[in-house]
Amino acid sequence: MSDTQFDTYEVFHQKKKGDPHIHVGAVHAPDPQTALQYARDQFARRLACVSLWVVNSRDITATDYQDERFFSMVLDKSYRDPKDFDAPLKETNV
Amino acid sequence: MNSQVTAEDQLARFEERVARGEKVEPGDWMPDEYRKSLIRMIGQHAHSEIVGQLPEGKWIPYAPGFRRKLTLIAKVQDEAGHGQLLYRAAETLGKSREEMLEELLAGKAKYANVFNYPTPSWADVGVIGWLVDMAAVVNQTMLQQTSFGPYARAMKRICYEESFHIKQGYDLVATLAKGTPEQKAMVQGAIDRWWYPTLMMSGPPDNLSAHTLQSLKWRIKTKTNEQVRQEYVDLIVPQIRALGLTIPDRDLKYDEKSEHWSYTQPDWEELKRVVNGDGPMNKERLAVRRKAHEDGRWVREALAAKRKEVAA
Ligand SMILES: [Fe+2]
Ligand SMILES: [Fe+2]
Repeated sequence: MSDTQFDTYEVFHQKKKGDPHIHVGAVHAPDPQTALQYARDQFARRLACVSLWVVNSRDITATDYQDERFFSMVLDKSYRDPKDFDAPLKETNV
Repeated sequence: MNSQVTAEDQLARFEERVARGEKVEPGDWMPDEYRKSLIRMIGQHAHSEIVGQLPEGKWIPYAPGFRRKLTLIAKVQDEAGHGQLLYRAAETLGKSREEMLEELLAGKAKYANVFNYPTPSWADVGVIGWLVDMAAVVNQTMLQQTSFGPYARAMKRICYEESFHIKQGYDLVATLAKGTPEQKAMVQGAIDRWWYPTLMMSGPPDNLSAHTLQSLKWRIKTKTNEQVRQEYVDLIVPQIRALGLTIPDRDLKYDEKSEHWSYTQPDWEELKRVVNGDGPMNKERLAVRRKAHEDGRWVREALAAKRKEVAA
């Protein structure tokens, strides 16, 4: 019997238009359309939601927490930081 | 990763991280015992949410009035959702939802013992929502601090919904407590029946075995069973009394020195018996779950057929 183990789909939830989609969890479903329906039932049955994305968990490529070097700042990156410049301009949104 | 890192180094690093309050994520290195404990614990928690639908669910057709019925349906649906969130959290540790579901149906899995007690009256619905979910929330609030990231995140979402469960339960109980003498007697009867089963929910007093100490050290849980139970008692006792209801414990009293309520321990032998299958409702709960699973088979088959069609 293997009729309960569907693929999993990661669910991304947008609270209102203009907001980013935020990862909220995953659902088991046989296909993306059904995953959307389950995602609505599971993650949007109470709080506001205007849009959902689902992505098959298999299709996500992620970094490895153990590979700390991937994000390491070997060099001084302050030249990328707006705070590091002394420019008498009206604050831009940073 | 550097292959010269020894097992002891890894364990030491893991323990340091956890002690700092860092969350452990599924792909991280973790001790085998940590993984096993969490799979068992989250799995049992998931089963409890699923079986927990049944005692109240049976009252849905008889709920007095449309609003109470809608509320109860929403509450029971939330519990189904909690079960799914938790199965998913356990899955990230390497055990499939399917395996867990099969263990539950085969009667091989444990779930919260409190759901092996019957719900003969409508007042039970209120008392479950209020007392059982309150005891669950005290435990789940503690679990928001667990070191395992997916479990902690699931707990946050779940606790938010539990506050609705507690409030609707309280509202139902308060309505009956202010009602006719029959209604008041009904709700008092429900408190009398559920008091000790809810005390058992946080588990027997910890013997502070190596195992308990380890799960505290690894921050799988952050409080002992006794601490969780005391917190529940301190919260609920004044609230029950404020409604003019009584608690079936003559020795219950507030201890000024410790600022805690002291209470009579439940019968731990009864817990053992019921957990091991000899409770009033164990058989029925599993039978209902199995029937629901069979009744849903055609839906799963239809979905599977659709999946093949999509893939083709
Ligand atoms: Fe729940
Ligand atoms: Fe609940």
